[in-house]
Amino acid sequence: MRRAAVLGTGQTHHRTRRTDVSMAGLCREAIDRALADAGVGWEQIDAVVLGKAPDLFEGVMMPELFLASALGAAGKPLLRVHTAGSVGGATANVATSLVRAGAHRRVLAVAFEKQSESNAMWALSIQPPFSAPITAGAGGYFAPHIRSYIKKTGAPGHVGALVAVKDRRNGALNPYAHLRQPEITLESVQASTMLWDPVRYDETCPSSDGACAVIIGDQQAAEASERQVAWIRATSMRTEPTFYAGKDHVNPRAGATAAAALWAAAGIKDPLDEVDVAELYVPFSWFEPMWLENVGFVGQGQGWKLVESGETALGGALPINPSGGVLCSNPIGASGLLRFAEAAMQVMGRAGEHQVAGASTALGHAYGGGSQFFSMWVVGRNP
Amino acid sequence: MNDVAVIGFASSDVSVTTSGVETLVPVFEAALAQAGLERRDVDFWCSGSSDYLAGRAFSFVNAVDAIGAVPPIAESHVEMDAAWALYEAYIKILAGEASTALVYGFGKGTAGELARVLALQLDPYTVAPLWPDAISVGALQARLGIDAGLFSERDMAAVAAARDDASSVETLLDRPYVAMPLREHDVARVADGASAVVLAAADRVGGRRAAWISGIGHRVDPQGFGERDLTAVPSATAAAADAGGLDGVQVTALHAPFTHQELLLRRALGLPDEVRNVAFGSNPMFSAGLSRIGAAAEEVMSGRASAAAAHATAGPLLQQNLVCVLRSES
Repeated sequence: MRRAAVLGTGQTHHRTRRTDVSMAGLCREAIDRALADAGVGWEQIDAVVLGKAPDLFEGVMMPELFLASALGAAGKPLLRVHTAGSVGGATANVATSLVRAGAHRRVLAVAFEKQSESNAMWALSIQPPFSAPITAGAGGYFAPHIRSYIKKTGAPGHVGALVAVKDRRNGALNPYAHLRQPEITLESVQASTMLWDPVRYDETCPSSDGACAVIIGDQQAAEASERQVAWIRATSMRTEPTFYAGKDHVNPRAGATAAAALWAAAGIKDPLDEVDVAELYVPFSWFEPMWLENVGFVGQGQGWKLVESGETALGGALPINPSGGVLCSNPIGASGLLRFAEAAMQVMGRAGEHQVAGASTALGHAYGGGSQFFSMWVVGRNP
Repeated sequence: MNDVAVIGFASSDVSVTTSGVETLVPVFEAALAQAGLERRDVDFWCSGSSDYLAGRAFSFVNAVDAIGAVPPIAESHVEMDAAWALYEAYIKILAGEASTALVYGFGKGTAGELARVLALQLDPYTVAPLWPDAISVGALQARLGIDAGLFSERDMAAVAAARDDASSVETLLDRPYVAMPLREHDVARVADGASAVVLAAADRVGGRRAAWISGIGHRVDPQGFGERDLTAVPSATAAAADAGGLDGVQVTALHAPFTHQELLLRRALGLPDEVRNVAFGSNPMFSAGLSRIGAAAEEVMSGRASAAAAHATAGPLLQQNLVCVLRSES
């Protein structure tokens, strides 16, 4: 199979409302940084893949069409991916396939969400005919799955708050993060308002405006790069229905299957030992221990123990979400690509104050829908 | 590089609900039966649809229920006509990440007021607030083409008459305008629909009937109505070149939501008059382009043509275009 590598990444400053930029300006802020980071010019981009979550979040049908010129896509091939919350990851994976197929030398993958343009809660609450109602807000949907995890594993109640403290403090090291809270403590998280038992206000992702861009190149482009690249060792995507008899919302089969395929393709036999850092899609704190188990870093019921031991903090055996993760910045359509980009930044040694020392193998992970769409990649300092 | 072929195609012109499930189940069955594959033989599933057509967020999620994705499947979705989903699946096979794929598109165009919904594809800061409906926007392009001497209202009526034997050009021209210079016959009928195409790499085609994909290209033009010559379709011209050119193509399946757009496309693609065009009576959004690929593949698989070209379009005024060339030999 042909090799592909991340040549550079870029992202916006993520905020509740980026009223200083249009959608085009938001995307360009991320793209311009990615091009500069990769040392690549517009003329070297052969194709553009744009990902974002539902169009109702901005109130524009297929916004990539009016954004074509701003994305530098005019006159070029442009694809628009939408795989729910996993879309940022899927965007990177589709761009990787374009390079691996030999279709293009350099592809720009860009994902954005400008949630302040519209009202995400409204967009998610339309009642389609003949369908079961969707609980307004993702927290209400996922909280029962978290309660089930706690019941199944006997995890102590403070584990979620531990994740929140770690991620928000990590976010304070990331100049682009929406929420930067260096002073946050276990006590302050536990004193915050309960939203959906057991998820408290400080254990919940924000709603952000933001974008992320990644330049992916083929072997020749990677070797021509003057800077360290992140070699894409494997990609993986899996889907299952929202509901079916036997669906396990705590440990979804699609996530486990995607991870197993990913590790096999990357030649990784012991993920906990061989992966140096992981960016997991954790919109509510408790999803860190749940995903640690689902992707196979630890066995069933062991995820919360790894969190409690402190090994998922910076300096631990497996730092999770050194960027601060979804808990610190959540422009939904871009959130997956931010995970993938941070994994690349870590192995390229360009993660600044949230750099994991010596990181050479990293996981980027995203999920969406009712824990049913999964996209992942493994990137490495070496091919 | 793997050779890739179309080995199955099915479509439907009905849609029960906006989820697509009820329509897609029999379409999958028919396409897989033609391909001689079982559901579990499909390595990769890819679809195209639109939340704005369904009037709800995450509308593609329920369509997964039509697949039976237990155990989990490798799957992706584009918020585009499914012709572009076929391109994504084609790339997956070329990259060696899959050997077979089922691509599907669906949409319930009649669920809302399509011409008004499509206004929301336009620049949200400067154009969409004016709510220019898609037919009025199309009329601007037709007027520019007529004024440039590229075609006449009679030529447009001839396009409509060619797909409907019951109508003569004279009777069509006697009818009133819906948005001058467009008459009812110039505007593709809004329709519901779904379609599915099965792809296979060369080593999985075996002795099956196959239409080999010799090339696919797709490009997008700037959207701003003042940013390009609206009587030219540079993205279609470039897409055809990317697809390896249309040499030897005997039949085309063009996706033209307006009669004048078929005329513009024939010019942009450099199609000689003797190239036959498969007639379509309607525009089932998000499956229409994929169905053009399926129809062109049928022309090749049936032996009626040794080479066929399919075209798909998206966005206002032929902004984005895809060309897929299919041949009887790999």
